[in-house]
Amino acid sequence: MLELKGLYKTFNAGTVNEKRAINDLNLTLENGDFVTVIGGNGAGKSTMLNLIAGVFPADEGLIRLNGFNLTRLPEHKRARFLGRVFQDPMMGTAATMGIEENLALAGRRGQRRGLLSGITGGERELYREKLATLGLGLENRMTSKVGLLSGGQRQALTLLMATLKKPDLLLLDEHTAALDPKTADKVLQLTEEIVSREGLTTLMVTHNMKHAIQYGNRLIMMDAGHVVVDIRGEEKKNLSVRDLLEKFNIENDRMLLSE
Amino acid sequence: MSITLLARLGTIPGALPGAVAQGLIWGIMAIGVYITYRILDIADLTVDGSLCTGGAVCIVMMLNGYGVWAAMLAALLAGLLTGLITGLFHTFMGIPAILAGILTQLSLYSINLKIMGKANQAINVDKYDLLTSLRWVKEAALRNPLVTVSLITVVLIALLYWFFGTELGCSIRATGANPNMSRAQGINTDLNKVLGLMLSNALVAFSGALLSQYQGFADVSMGRGAIVIGLAACIIGEAVFSRIFHNFALRLLSVAFGSIIYYIVIQIVIQLGFDANLLKLLSAVVVAIFLAVPYWKGKYLRPAVKNPAKKEADRNA
Repeated sequence: MLELKGLYKTFNAGTVNEKRAINDLNLTLENGDFVTVIGGNGAGKSTMLNLIAGVFPADEGLIRLNGFNLTRLPEHKRARFLGRVFQDPMMGTAATMGIEENLALAGRRGQRRGLLSGITGGERELYREKLATLGLGLENRMTSKVGLLSGGQRQALTLLMATLKKPDLLLLDEHTAALDPKTADKVLQLTEEIVSREGLTTLMVTHNMKHAIQYGNRLIMMDAGHVVVDIRGEEKKNLSVRDLLEKFNIENDRMLLSE
Repeated sequence: MSITLLARLGTIPGALPGAVAQGLIWGIMAIGVYITYRILDIADLTVDGSLCTGGAVCIVMMLNGYGVWAAMLAALLAGLLTGLITGLFHTFMGIPAILAGILTQLSLYSINLKIMGKANQAINVDKYDLLTSLRWVKEAALRNPLVTVSLITVVLIALLYWFFGTELGCSIRATGANPNMSRAQGINTDLNKVLGLMLSNALVAFSGALLSQYQGFADVSMGRGAIVIGLAACIIGEAVFSRIFHNFALRLLSVAFGSIIYYIVIQIVIQLGFDANLLKLLSAVVVAIFLAVPYWKGKYLRPAVKNPAKKEADRNA
């Protein structure tokens, strides 16, 4: 269970560029929830994910995951609980390292890294099988440098890396926004497959309202740094883009454009 | 004119063993630079100071009656410490990596003077049991620096190859390749940067210990411009061997070869009568040009189509 209680985050406090990004944010996720997050630019969606991941500390408030208080933990220590996929396909993988080496790094998320071998033969077999499930042919290119892969392939690989060791919470930060529509659909399909197969608790930020409605069992909308709309269950299932627009009078051109 | 030139050319073969030996010793330093510059993606200027620290510690230890291996181990540990200082400046105190290196380098100048007690400490090869010396460079014996330093280099490359294949070594490589991703995978990037800097400077100090034995003295200015020589070795090695050497161990070897090539070229230039005072200027210009070439290529030329890596990337796009 993820609990966010009374979170605040202000950037550039005390300057003319002061930006209150997160303002009294409260959110509770049950285990197994697949929550899609929408909201205009600057609503605080990415900031929320970054606060959970520990990219920067919260000014105030509490972040708790399955009873562990993460609020003051540094980013690399929280990684033990979290799987993350970023908007930028370049950000989630090490370009100059091989596909299998990247997976081996992910396979040791949250573990002590000592002087044992960085990748074992048994692992290689496991990774080959896992890569085959992506259906991208990457299982035949295990030693290729990740820098040679396309954006879509890199996002699929990052997704696999994020879920290789089952995370308590999967954070997807507009992970298909930089991909072409066809590749984006493929990566989303993979996301759904993995999330439902592993029963992962997931927070997925998206700018695409159709995707936000289509995927997940719960939808939240953020504005001005907190949650303004929370739809789940039957209501979520019957939701249409038009409903969303009419019901909440969203004045955000980017969201409208992606209808 | 042509006769003096011929006479000068004639001296080159005799000077070659010395140049190769120097290149080998500096090659170990260059491998240290490779670890920071290529693996960690940090240009670490500490090396200009830590090279001398290694030499100073080694010579002073030996003058005080310690054995050569104890002295070299101490030099290595001193190098680890210099890397630790730069690493803490950078990660704990938030100083940009380049500036952190410069600060350590500057403070090491004083520290090196304090270690040696004066600007220069000589050691007599006849009175002390040195591991290597330029005196033996033309001997057909195991103690010939060409043999000893080659062996040491091979052992060091083997150790580094093993280390960078371990979990810890992989996390250092990942830290240099993509710090964001590394933290997302639970890697403490600050710690890994410090470890990388320590390892790098340990190698540099070890090289300094060998160099001061080889030349028979440690001098407070012996490391001046070391970073440039290290970069030159990395760049020359990559330029010459990158198409045939892909394996990590071979890439480290190519850095050592790059250093040897550098010293052979310098030796030839000197033998041909080039003003030795201008050598550092020449080195700097050569390195600047080599660093600029990839940048210019990317900026002004279309990517070469015959590059297989690029072709594969296109296919996947």
